[in-house]
Amino acid sequence: MIELIGARAVQAIEAVGRWGHFMQDLGRAFPDVGTWRGPTMVQLRRVGVDSLPVALFIAAFTGVVLALQASYTFTGTVPLYFVGTLVGKTMMLELGPVLAGLALAGRVGASMAAELGTMKVTEQVDALETLAYDPQAYLVLPRVIAGTVMFPIIVALAMLVGITTGWLTSLALLHLSTPEFLKGLQLFYKFKDTWFGLFKSSTFGFTVTLVGCVVGLGTYGGAEGVGRSTTRAVVYSCVLILVLDAFWAVVLL
Amino acid sequence: MIRFADVHKAFGAKVVLDGLSLEVKDGETLVIIGYSGTGKSVALKHIVGLLHPDAGEVYVDDRAVSLLDRPGLTDLRRDIGYVFQFAALFDSMTVAENVALGLKRRDLPEEEIAERVHEALALVDLTGSDARFPAELSGGMRKRVGIARAIALRPRYILYDEPTTGLDPVTSAVMDRLMVRTREHLGVTGVVVTHDMKSAYTVGDRIAMLYEGRIRQAGTVLEIQESDDPVVRQFIEGRPT
Repeated sequence: MIELIGARAVQAIEAVGRWGHFMQDLGRAFPDVGTWRGPTMVQLRRVGVDSLPVALFIAAFTGVVLALQASYTFTGTVPLYFVGTLVGKTMMLELGPVLAGLALAGRVGASMAAELGTMKVTEQVDALETLAYDPQAYLVLPRVIAGTVMFPIIVALAMLVGITTGWLTSLALLHLSTPEFLKGLQLFYKFKDTWFGLFKSSTFGFTVTLVGCVVGLGTYGGAEGVGRSTTRAVVYSCVLILVLDAFWAVVLL
Repeated sequence: MIRFADVHKAFGAKVVLDGLSLEVKDGETLVIIGYSGTGKSVALKHIVGLLHPDAGEVYVDDRAVSLLDRPGLTDLRRDIGYVFQFAALFDSMTVAENVALGLKRRDLPEEEIAERVHEALALVDLTGSDARFPAELSGGMRKRVGIARAIALRPRYILYDEPTTGLDPVTSAVMDRLMVRTREHLGVTGVVVTHDMKSAYTVGDRIAMLYEGRIRQAGTVLEIQESDDPVVRQFIEGRPT
């Protein structure tokens, strides 16, 4: 039993050490702009444009459901224009960033872990090194930069779509007028609602891509190892998004 | 010159290299033979700093590889071409892009890069395959692209990891001829890791047998062929115990 606890403790310390080394290497690669500039443009397109449909699809239906649930909750007790308040606040502060983050953890994090994992087990990462490329600069930094930059943009569009579908639902099904919806939307609006959601999503993007890269580059054991890494990247990313979500709520709200 | 000085390497409890000492002289092609899993590829990866020894040191032109920082390693790797066992080509790039990738790190003009890519592909008889993707190539062609990628850099050393493994006898012979031609054209120092004895006799100036983590015997092709060491004899004759 003691031996098992000791072994687990050693594993945990080793994992912390590996992450520390990884972050140090990432910082060291940052000045190598010539290496990461080109691949970053490719990753910005991949993470941004390719992820947009899934994020917007989720946001659209979330906006519809939020409007209907708000109306169901408020009926007879709270003025119906508060539907606009609830849809706006919830999309900006919580559901926009978190739902998009979780969806992109599945899409972006998994794809990065699988791609880098395959490169690792087929010695392509070693090949890059022998060609005098730093894998941190060529593979990791472009992905992490793309995630950190593109997640807030995707989430901003998701917020917009969610609020729009909430508004359309209010018009079509709740018989709320546009001025009433807008009145509710503006009622308790603070600029912080917007930047908080976008800042949070930027940290989600950083986390999801970093986890995808760390787990991917730590892959061993052929196709089975790639599968294991992919699952692990999604699970770690989702857990970390929820932890970060709570952390930023405590620290910033 | 490449020199292994009492190199030890273990992965967990498994000891792979156990006091490996070996020299590769300038201009020669040294073939390292040995059973599967005896650490031949591990030894090769120590030369380019992909792995570091637990004890001992590997020297390339008197540079202690494990002590080099990132810029030092980059400089070292500019002198070395590495041909991987399964070629390790980048799937998303064409043949020409694969060969050009290492050249782009050397601040060469685009015209010179294109010229060197063309020249390297011609040397491995793959002229006209520039625009094809690795998935469209046979195993032998992929390995030849791997060689082209290494020689395009005009390195001083080329390391070949199991260059004929998984190939049919004719394609293996083509690979052997290619390695000999590469040495003759470029005058590079080569280290070839293989357990294919036909290939070892064809391409090697000297052969060293790695056994239980250290060199069992090293010598010219003739010396190895006439060895009276039972372990070496059993291996080169392919006799089961």
